[in-house]
Amino acid sequence: MLAVYIGLFVWRGTGNPVFEASSQSESNAFSPSFMLVDHQGNTVTEKTYRGQWLLVFFGFTNCPDICPTTLSDLAVVMDQIGGKAASVTPLFISVDPERDRVESMAEYVSAFHPTIVGLTGAEKQIASAAETFKAYYEKQQPDRDQSNYAVAHTSAVYLISPDGTFVRTFGYGTATEVFVTELNKRL
Amino acid sequence: MFRTNQTALFVFIAIIAVLLTPAADVYASDLVVEKPWARASIGVSRPTAVYLTIRNGGAVTDVLTMVTTPAAGMAEVHKSEVKDGLARMSPAGNVEVSAGTTAILEPGGLHIMLMELKNPLKKGETISMTLHFENAGPVDVAVPVYGIAASGPKFSD
Repeated sequence: MLAVYIGLFVWRGTGNPVFEASSQSESNAFSPSFMLVDHQGNTVTEKTYRGQWLLVFFGFTNCPDICPTTLSDLAVVMDQIGGKAASVTPLFISVDPERDRVESMAEYVSAFHPTIVGLTGAEKQIASAAETFKAYYEKQQPDRDQSNYAVAHTSAVYLISPDGTFVRTFGYGTATEVFVTELNKRL
Repeated sequence: MFRTNQTALFVFIAIIAVLLTPAADVYASDLVVEKPWARASIGVSRPTAVYLTIRNGGAVTDVLTMVTTPAAGMAEVHKSEVKDGLARMSPAGNVEVSAGTTAILEPGGLHIMLMELKNPLKKGETISMTLHFENAGPVDVAVPVYGIAASGPKFSD
């Protein structure tokens, strides 16, 4: 269900999503959908990326720790899978549409790897995208400066197959070798 | 002007030591601040992070109460936490370093968040920073800036 907190859409599933374990059973199969804007200003949907394996991560560009760490891991993974990288697209979806406009997404993702695509959109579009991924986010209390705030967010990286089906997640801090092994096994 | 030859020699050795190891460990009484590094920033409007370890070889607990740096308008210890698949970040307050223990500030955990940057932090630069401890007092640390995609001193690009 969708709950509104001070104008912010936050998706709460039926309990906390448990993403630690790789889960490939039929009952967990789902196909995320979204309509967002990429860091070059193009409107994109999940269908834009059909035929590509997706590594999807939610975050925000004002995030100084978790997001750069995960994006740099994804950059390492993309370098390590060599030629197979052409079939893999990492998507970084902003959970901070208020601050993350197209230009800031471009500036941010390009600092990590040329293959990473940054996606943002209107608040409702982000909320809806997160919901279909069963991802969660929540704006945290700002400090003395109202523009200084963090956003709590699902920290896992999702693997989505070329037909758009959820395959598994990789929990925060998963070694890059695990990503590489998984991708090499499937590609 | 040096008062004694020993002082001159000490200063000379200290200078050589600093020249040889740009990210030299800093010793302040019983506290050793090691492996400092900052993540390069994108511009000045986004915060970035500094990581380091504080080893307390003394017999009493010390507390990191404040961080200051000319590089940023605000420096504060924050903590990232991943719980039930959710990443959260919040101010960590004072950092206690008990006798004989080491406080580790690393990606995904404690870090010094730099806000209101004066200039973009560029890879290859060094910023100065002062850690203020309850017992040891102010400890100056030279912090090398690594690339934005760096994960620590081992992978400094």
